[in-house]
Amino acid sequence: MTEWVVLSGKGGTGKTSVAAALAHLASQEVTVALADADVDAANLELVLSPDMIEEHDFSGGQVAVIDPRQCTSCGRCAEVCRFGAIPLGGPYAVDALACEGCAACYYACPVGAIRTEDQLTGHWYRSDSLAGPLVHARLRPGKENSGKLVMQVKMVTRALAVRTGADLLLVDGPPGIGCPVIAAASGANLALLVTEPTVSGRHDLERILGTARHFRVPAAVCVNKADLSLSLTQEIESFCRNEGVPMVGRVPFDEAVVRALVNRRPVTMTSSGPAAEALVGLWRNLRDEYLVEERRAEPAA
Amino acid sequence: MRIAIASGKGGTGKTLLATGLARVLTDSHKASVSLLDCDVEEPNDHLFLAVEVEQVETVSLPVPRIDAQRCKACGRCAQVCAFHALALVRDKVLFFPQLCHSCGSCVLQCPEHAIAEVARPLGRLEFGRAGEIAFGQGVLEVGQAMATPLIRGLKERAAEHLPECALTLLDAPPGNACPVVETLRGADYAILVTEPTPFGLHDLQIAVELAGRELGIPIGVVVNRVGLGDRGVEEYCRATALPILLRLPFDRRIAEAYAHGKLWVDALPEYRGELLWLYERVVELTGALL
Repeated sequence: MTEWVVLSGKGGTGKTSVAAALAHLASQEVTVALADADVDAANLELVLSPDMIEEHDFSGGQVAVIDPRQCTSCGRCAEVCRFGAIPLGGPYAVDALACEGCAACYYACPVGAIRTEDQLTGHWYRSDSLAGPLVHARLRPGKENSGKLVMQVKMVTRALAVRTGADLLLVDGPPGIGCPVIAAASGANLALLVTEPTVSGRHDLERILGTARHFRVPAAVCVNKADLSLSLTQEIESFCRNEGVPMVGRVPFDEAVVRALVNRRPVTMTSSGPAAEALVGLWRNLRDEYLVEERRAEPAA
Repeated sequence: MRIAIASGKGGTGKTLLATGLARVLTDSHKASVSLLDCDVEEPNDHLFLAVEVEQVETVSLPVPRIDAQRCKACGRCAQVCAFHALALVRDKVLFFPQLCHSCGSCVLQCPEHAIAEVARPLGRLEFGRAGEIAFGQGVLEVGQAMATPLIRGLKERAAEHLPECALTLLDAPPGNACPVVETLRGADYAILVTEPTPFGLHDLQIAVELAGRELGIPIGVVVNRVGLGDRGVEEYCRATALPILLRLPFDRRIAEAYAHGKLWVDALPEYRGELLWLYERVVELTGALL
């Protein structure tokens, strides 16, 4: 099985539209399992018509709770808390949104007035989608540990992919370069970096490429909305050449992409226009270069 | 007054709005403005503003270092570490820095006092000016996971490095997780930027839940690229009585200026009036006295 993760650094470059098109195209030729690793703003489900099969609670961490009846107001908890979750000088109560769940206060309290409780940080779901099984999740707004929920989504999808003999595990990643991105990229065989011809897209591409390299994940680049600035697209292409990163796709701006999104379908299902055509080209390039050969020839039973 | 500009979904126009507002308000002398780019994973405001950096600071987090001479391999540190950043393997404590949240619990709990803390660089803060705008940004080092402490540092240190301004604009990262909470904390108002598509609507709803319900910050919406997409965002805002502060049309000229790193309100001054109006609307809604 091969695992690809779609990343971008900058948000809104078209990760999910590209991932949905790849999922649709791939599913016509090979067996696919899908993971939406953007757990704070999961969008893949919006275009792949999932039927939910399972829903699970996810507790990614703990939160400290002070029992006011046992508390002697000594203030030790506020002293040891490095996250500003317990106000110095009291009243000694934990701000659950600020609490990291480190339990320093729990261990430091001399009278045992603090306990830690599991915190429901989100949910994850297993669904059947038009392109294959999809594992997706929803972080409760503002909760910690989105990286842990991403790892959970990936582990479940990997197990599912092995069980169903999937040839390809496709992960739609979050924006940025921090904790959830690192979790989404870890262990992938390829990071497809979707960028756009803007100075921000170009700037953020360098940082996400650095991140992929730092964690030793091979990368390839696709420029989305490439005709919005041909000069910047060329600049990105020469940057990729200099860095030795393969350029695997160039997708033009096409309102059919927005129309497909409004109709909640991958653009390759609803259009055969310029963007859809370029995405077919992207899929073929990726398939020929990055899909492990023996698996393609003979999917496991 | 502190206004945060957030979105849920990435790429909806947070940076566009933050940089445009800062420029228009300072040019028109409506308010003195400091702009903090809190998207420390991918800070982009500086690409559109000619920033003269005056101060640079490194932000580090304390992480444990174990004195092998003193360590008796009791495993207490690994037991208390809630993030599994320490593990006792045979007679040796292993440390995984990527997982460490710098809570200090291991140091406090080690019975042999064998753990000291050393600084691990996380990123840097830059402060300076962009014309009349007082500017600050955080830059997370590539390969580092923890954006939130850097954002916290940016907000704290800005008070010292930047002059006091009537208005502080905070350009938030995308998403709805802890880095966004850290950015929004203490804001008097949050502008949520979205686009009229099912993705924009879905992520707007989560951002409303976070900023409005969880944090109790008054919110208003800016809809960008009006003309593309559908009516879902408009209908949702009407049904939930969320004020739409501004509608920016899908205008290729904005996209073009933005693509090439030009400040759109300089390239297209006809939009300046709308941003001033947006600001006055926020002032009116918050009842702020300036």
